[in-house]
Amino acid sequence: MISLLLADRCTACNVCVRICPANVFDAHPQGPPEIARPGDCQTCFHCELYCEADALYVAPDCDQSVTVEAGAVLAGGTVGQYRRHSGWHEWEGAFPNEQWLMETVFRRAAEAAARPDVRPGSPIEGGDRTMRAQHL
Amino acid sequence: MTATARTDVLIIGGGMAGAWAAIAATQAGASVTLVEKGYCGTSGVTASAGPGHWWVPPDPASARQEAVAARLRAGQGLGDGAWMHRILDLTWCTLPTLAPEYRFPQTDDGATNYRAVRGPEYMRALRARIDNLGVRVLDHHPALELLAWSDGSIAGARGIRRQHGNSAWEIHAGAVVLAAGGTAFLSGLLGSRNNTGDGYLMAAEAGAELSGMEFTAAFTIAPARSNMTRTMSYSFATYYDVDGRELNAPPYGPAQTRFLASALQNGPVLCSLHRVPDDIKARLHQISPNVPLVFDRWGIDPFRDRFEITLHTDGTIRGLGGVKTVGDDCETAVPGLFVAGDNAAREHVAGAISGGGNVNSAWALSSGLLAGRAATARSRRPRATSGHPIGLGRAGLLPSGSARPIDLEPVEATLRREMREFDRALFRSAAGLEASRRTLDAAWQEIAAHAQGDNLKTREAAALLATARWSVASALTRRESRGMHLRMDATEARDEFSKRLLSGGPDDVWTRWENPVTRTRQVSVEAVS
Repeated sequence: MISLLLADRCTACNVCVRICPANVFDAHPQGPPEIARPGDCQTCFHCELYCEADALYVAPDCDQSVTVEAGAVLAGGTVGQYRRHSGWHEWEGAFPNEQWLMETVFRRAAEAAARPDVRPGSPIEGGDRTMRAQHL
Repeated sequence: MTATARTDVLIIGGGMAGAWAAIAATQAGASVTLVEKGYCGTSGVTASAGPGHWWVPPDPASARQEAVAARLRAGQGLGDGAWMHRILDLTWCTLPTLAPEYRFPQTDDGATNYRAVRGPEYMRALRARIDNLGVRVLDHHPALELLAWSDGSIAGARGIRRQHGNSAWEIHAGAVVLAAGGTAFLSGLLGSRNNTGDGYLMAAEAGAELSGMEFTAAFTIAPARSNMTRTMSYSFATYYDVDGRELNAPPYGPAQTRFLASALQNGPVLCSLHRVPDDIKARLHQISPNVPLVFDRWGIDPFRDRFEITLHTDGTIRGLGGVKTVGDDCETAVPGLFVAGDNAAREHVAGAISGGGNVNSAWALSSGLLAGRAATARSRRPRATSGHPIGLGRAGLLPSGSARPIDLEPVEATLRREMREFDRALFRSAAGLEASRRTLDAAWQEIAAHAQGDNLKTREAAALLATARWSVASALTRRESRGMHLRMDATEARDEFSKRLLSGGPDDVWTRWENPVTRTRQVSVEAVS
């Protein structure tokens, strides 16, 4: 659930107001937006992805709001992590999108399960191309 | 004051199905308006996930024949091979056309991978495309009801602008595409908060039928207290009870999910991902950048530490139920109303088992294209009636009795109990389903009789309850186990039930077996440039 809006970083661009699918934020004529409806947050982290100022922090707890302290969160190094690892904005190209590996992982898992003699860490190529993993 | 507009094609819902419908309708020459409850680009389940589209090359031809044959077998009699071939081809021909907006990556062998896209970037790309095409996209414009002409044909929709004081909008259209998604009954399924079954209720109020609503018993693993329902890493998971004893879980798949559900009924279940291969551990943040967020923020090393897990219901999202399409173009039984993505029933492309990410994604893309094109053609037909369209919405908007405030807390508690707990929603029995039916009927009657006004959450509650009631009624009628539908009091599949089950009626819920269709129909396979 959305936990922090770091006002000293926020540029009041209001992109979070626009893109939040749950309409959690309200814009204000002067200054940063307000986390107006935190209970509606669906913990999807999209606001962090779109926030070029890295001014937002979403705690992973989806059922209840948790109190976090800005200093501790910043020291933890996870503010801006999602945007960075997704290669958005100035991070483009820094962390290439390897989503395509997902089907390989499911295939290797299925093969490892079928052949307990093979250590899971060993690279296994080929295999059943039609395996259907239930991933979204 | 109501803001009124006019468009050729109105699309309700801006997830991947709605976006592809908007692309197809625009390319077919229609003026298109797309209304979205949240923001088209982040709203819906695709945006937070990583859909790997069903992807089989056309060459050699045997590859698709084999893939379809395997799906038909696994689907236990409910699939339609012609439709499967059709969505395979539409997906194959269409997905690469998104290259100007989506950077399809090179794999380690230097090939371009199209099938496995990352949700946030995929939806961002689709949004860029429809913006460039001139689609009128209205974010934070939830639709509350469909509008109809006096002959019953669909005239448009009405809703509210939730960032403008909830003032009303009304859009008249030559045809409407419902692409409002499915529902996970407000479970923790990632990105599913806006998916409250609105499109099912709106279609049913217009007279459309539903199909496959019993197939809602899908569950997905996540770290406890989180909604991170991304499953890849769990294909290498090891599970333990609270005393540290390793559980003898079956390999990753539906059987493992049922095993874990049973274990969770007896107490907490812990998980370790230490068996994930080292090369994947090192690249996890580049495969699924949102997965490590949970662990890193909680200070858990998932490859060393044991953490508690939970299962969130997927409802109709990884399930199969939805509005029944008639014919080959995603039209419904209601003139002028088309349906796409999880808003539509999907047994014909998935069978009785989950479409997972891949069949469901191929379906969302393909049905979006088909519905968008067919809606465009429909919008060109002259309208037979005149006058002013009337609103079709009832429960949650227009009470049948005296208006009074509705407390939504008990509704949410009812949905949690009846649609999300394992003993009701996964391990089904006549007794449990009958109990669910009584509770859901009472909750429905309260809202239908007394709720009044344009309150989004109340209308969402009505849609959730309507969907739950069709699901429970259908699960009661299907007195057997087939695919993801498991009846503890009828654990075998029965030949006489090897057919689809229809349901409907917002107030008086009914179910009816579909006459088995002859599968000799030829569907033309066509591509979209």
